Amino acid sequence: MAQPIIRLAGISKNFPGVLANDKVDFELAQGEIHALLGENGAGKTTLMNVVYGLYKPDEGKIFIKGVESEIESPKQALALGIGMVHQHFMLVPVMTVTENLMLGNERTRGPNLGPLSTLNNQQVAKDIKALGDQYGLTIHPNAYVHDLSVGEQQRVEIVKALYRGAEVLILDEPTAVLTPQEADDLFVILRTLVADGKSIIFISHKLREVLKIADRITVMRDGGVVGEREPSKTNENELAAMMVGREVILQVNKGEAKPDQIVLQVSDLKVDNDLDQAAVDGVSFEVRGGEILGVAGVQGNGQTELVEALTGLRPTEGGSILLLGQQVAGATPRRITELSTAHIPEDRQQDGLVLAFPVSDNLVLNTYYKPPFSKGLVMQQGAIMKAAQERIEKFDIRTPSATTLVGTLSGGNQQKVIVARELSREVKLVIASQPTRGLDVGSIEYIHKRLIESRDAGAGVLLVSSELDEIMQLSDRIAVIYQGKVVDILDAKSTNKREVGLLMAGVAAKQKAAKKQAAG
Amino acid sequence: MNNFFERARKVGSNVNLGQMAVPLLAIITAMLISSLVILISGADPVKAFSALAEGALGSQVAIVETLIKATPFLLVGLGIAVAFRGGLFNIGVEGQLFVGSAITVIIGYSVQLPFFLHLPLALLGGMIGGAIWAGIPGWLKARYGAHEVITTIMFNYMALRVINWAIGTDGPMRAPRTTVPETSAVFESARLPILLADSRLHAGVLIAIAMAFVVYWLLWKTKIGFEIRTVGANPHAARYAGINVPFNTVLTMAISGALAGLAGGIQVLGLAPYNFTTGFNVGLGFDSIAVAVLGAIHPVGIALASLLFGAMDAGARLMQLRTRVPADVITITQGLILAFVAADQIIRGLYRIRVKAAHPEKKISLSETWGGGD
Amino acid sequence: MDLFFFAGLISLALIKATPIAFGAMAGLMSERSGVINIAIEGMMLIGAMMSFLGSVLFDQWTGGAFPKEVSLVAGLVVAMLSGALIALLHAWLSIRYKVDQIISGTVINLLAFGITNFTANAYIDAERLSGVGIFPHINIPLLSDLPIIGDIFFKHQPLVYIMLIMVGVLQYALFRTRWGLRTRAVGEHPRAADTVGINVNRTRYINVVIGGALAGMGGAFLVLESVGRFQKLMTTGRGFIALAALIFGKWTSVGALGSALLFGFAEALGVRLQLGDINELEALAFLIGIGISLLALVWVVIKLIKRSRDKRPVPLIAIAGGAGLLFIVLALTVDFPNIQIPIQFLGLLPYFATVLVLAGFVGRAVAPAAVGKPYERG
Repeated sequence: MAQPIIRLAGISKNFPGVLANDKVDFELAQGEIHALLGENGAGKTTLMNVVYGLYKPDEGKIFIKGVESEIESPKQALALGIGMVHQHFMLVPVMTVTENLMLGNERTRGPNLGPLSTLNNQQVAKDIKALGDQYGLTIHPNAYVHDLSVGEQQRVEIVKALYRGAEVLILDEPTAVLTPQEADDLFVILRTLVADGKSIIFISHKLREVLKIADRITVMRDGGVVGEREPSKTNENELAAMMVGREVILQVNKGEAKPDQIVLQVSDLKVDNDLDQAAVDGVSFEVRGGEILGVAGVQGNGQTELVEALTGLRPTEGGSILLLGQQVAGATPRRITELSTAHIPEDRQQDGLVLAFPVSDNLVLNTYYKPPFSKGLVMQQGAIMKAAQERIEKFDIRTPSATTLVGTLSGGNQQKVIVARELSREVKLVIASQPTRGLDVGSIEYIHKRLIESRDAGAGVLLVSSELDEIMQLSDRIAVIYQGKVVDILDAKSTNKREVGLLMAGVAAKQKAAKKQAAG
Repeated sequence: MNNFFERARKVGSNVNLGQMAVPLLAIITAMLISSLVILISGADPVKAFSALAEGALGSQVAIVETLIKATPFLLVGLGIAVAFRGGLFNIGVEGQLFVGSAITVIIGYSVQLPFFLHLPLALLGGMIGGAIWAGIPGWLKARYGAHEVITTIMFNYMALRVINWAIGTDGPMRAPRTTVPETSAVFESARLPILLADSRLHAGVLIAIAMAFVVYWLLWKTKIGFEIRTVGANPHAARYAGINVPFNTVLTMAISGALAGLAGGIQVLGLAPYNFTTGFNVGLGFDSIAVAVLGAIHPVGIALASLLFGAMDAGARLMQLRTRVPADVITITQGLILAFVAADQIIRGLYRIRVKAAHPEKKISLSETWGGGD
Repeated sequence: MDLFFFAGLISLALIKATPIAFGAMAGLMSERSGVINIAIEGMMLIGAMMSFLGSVLFDQWTGGAFPKEVSLVAGLVVAMLSGALIALLHAWLSIRYKVDQIISGTVINLLAFGITNFTANAYIDAERLSGVGIFPHINIPLLSDLPIIGDIFFKHQPLVYIMLIMVGVLQYALFRTRWGLRTRAVGEHPRAADTVGINVNRTRYINVVIGGALAGMGGAFLVLESVGRFQKLMTTGRGFIALAALIFGKWTSVGALGSALLFGFAEALGVRLQLGDINELEALAFLIGIGISLLALVWVVIKLIKRSRDKRPVPLIAIAGGAGLLFIVLALTVDFPNIQIPIQFLGLLPYFATVLVLAGFVGRAVAPAAVGKPYERG
């Protein structure tokens, strides 16, 4: 076998309290797509940040083309031909594509004045356009990054790495923000790159796509490597078991839904985003008690704004929201909460918790003002602590004590605090937005179970998720949102991933429109 | 009463020795560096600081002076602390103090009322003045995202200019037949009673101490306090929890300003010559920020810190008299204390302290909304 | 009012705007790289004092062997170095120790107040030091002979020229050079900058420190080109107004100069008013006119320089410019009736304007995205 282009030997990386990488060995051969598969928190990204020079390993060696190399900075990694496309894009939104591409590697014109030399934007723009075209990556050099879609930004990131002479590309969860169809396009591009002699490390937690694209799969768990497989000689079940460390039931167990009366009726709802553009553009749907309505869609198609409008966090521009028969468009978050609505917010650390407060205070964050937690002006610490103890026990929150700061708990336990708080009240409607994002499988299973329990207890559940698998598994009906519009609402039993995926990409919508035009 | 002592003990036990070490060492280090400054200026730092100590604690008069000087520090420090806890940096306490004292002095010299009405009314007027002068920047922040650091500083200069005009030649507040810019003295009925015969110790000291308890109770025992602290710790989560964040921002600033205004009122009603002149309590605002941070933004800590700063201010005069070291060295010391308390890693490194630092989530962050809200 | 009076007024406004513009540029350097700077006031104050001490002591130590201009230049250099040094402390606290940048700025201000007052009392006043003098006016050959324009722009002391040059250089450098690209990236998205090999913290240190030198020059102006000696707390809030000018100018140096000029005009009109050259209503009309025209002018310049996505329509700019000029012409030609307004109230205008600006009544400004946040990997 030829010399591997990258070889990692016994890499360990410690963070306070966490062993993120534990003596990891890894090889990347020239011209292959090597997938790094593992759950959130398995240590994949940490390992790649070590390779990219962002973290310094505590132990272990890195060999590039057989030569031991210490990579102390991204600059060095780039010099060694390693480029990385991070999960959260490393692009400056207020700058143009050209500016972003040459950042750190600027080309100048005119007299050499050191740092004060003038940038040669025109030349770079020409070069990157040519480079992109070579691999079928269309980019617009003079566009500002904040005007681009996530798919376009990803292409810019790939060209950015290539422009810096990357021979090895590390892609961290590249499909997380893409529709299934966009992901297929990406795979074509990756194949073109490999055919041209590039080598690719593909980080993912999605079994199916890894089986589809990779030449080789390395599975990580709890910071260590569990094993290596070839796609042709393995299957989803084996990989899943390796990832999680036990047999995983890939299917969620749930009984038949018993839809009841309408709890939430949304009609022709219009909501603007922060830039005063229409983010939700005339959306209508209903949620009945005893059912789960899943909202599928690629991130950024108005889901965030929709949920914020439903929970009173964002003003509406038109339409109506009837909650238990009452108009709540433009109502305050408190009024909506008091109408028996639970809200599991998309960004749990930003919106759902006060990290500097103890678990006990977070468990009463939106009921603190009511008896028994307050009497008149004065808060009742005794009652708050008592409720906290009960909920910690009931929801299995792993915390040293009720007075521990929530910020010190793990992500899964933080989410449990939110779930405990929201589901400890009498609830008629549960709005759960990306409820399992970034959690480990154990916590995901737990949250799923609780949501189904809520449904079976008669509450309506609105589940917004960009994980298509999650939507498919939990929902009784599926509303697909694309560019601020609900393009269709499907019965979960009679649809499939492909159909939903096409709707998410807006393909079906366009076809429908075309048909309508032809008919009209 | 029993209940009270029990609570006091609880508060006391929350303050552990390890946490006290850092501020103490910060104070000592700041004094050592100041000694160096004194040495360079050609004086003897030992003599200077012993004169300072004598001036602050050496006699009954000295101790009274320390208490009187500590009073505005305590009140203004509490005001800054309330804002801090609500995630706001009220750097404009000085302007609020001016406005508060101006309104107190107007009420004090322009109406005649019985004592039990006049004094509370004058102080209340000062508090309302301070509350409004801080509340407007609070509203500008809540409604338009204007950062309070610059707006309150601008409000400082505006207050200064308007009041200087008002007590200047032909100004409406100018005392009749005087050659210096000052107002008339307030009537006897508005003055704070003297606690100790033949001394300057006035009842404002007690008001300030009472306020420390009130602020503690408000912040940690009531719904209002819970809301203020939630908004301060995470405004997004506060909105999610159904708290009216804009209203809270205005309220927090108003409470903060009211405390500063009260401090201004007490300075006017408690100390001879019972009037308002130019240069009234200049610089107190910035020093009080150091008091609040040194006191860990907690009423108990702030009470201790204000005693220290009061003692420094009280002793500085004797130091300047005896050793010719300008009293301004105190400001340098106070700046250094603030630096070392805020950058506690320096102190921990210098003295190899192993006690764990505060959880990062508990560190103050005021800079997040600099760009004008979000 | 006539044209010569008008020219004199603009010239005076330019002089009054100079320290504010320097301060704003100090803030620009710092905040564009992601470090809030509320310590401009303190840095300017230190610069003012050190420029005085530097020039006086240089003159003493050399026994007056050099002409006074050399001593003044020495004072200027000392001011820049000391401004840079105290800025380094701000950078050190807020970058190395991740102290909240507003607290760190407060530390610098407190120290600056303390140090300058102390030194003034213990040394400058005690020794009765007197200044070396001030920089002479330099008439630029040929250009200063131009009518009106020459009077306005080309008969100044050196720091005014340096300020104007620096504004141009910074504007160009920020948007067109390697330093500018990297500084903006570090201020907007430090992690992105880090991943392409830019040293985030070093960039911040350098910018904050150079900014400190600029603030030092602003302080030096007050001594070396104005009163010729140091007075306690002589910056009187100019550092904070500079910060407002920076925000009003949307974190560009041309914009900052524009708003500094507005503050300069308010000050200049105050001077004229006191001298009785104009009356209150004329001054007010004038200030409004200048304000609107400056806004239009800054828009034009930004549109030209950034070739930008500035979506402001050209007619709006034209109307604003026209309206501004109309007010100015009115102020120049019409004899307004006399109304007594206390001078102090005209002095309130800059502060009031600052508040309005911050509240976004004059267009929303967007700060660099990462300003105020210490950078940490991971």
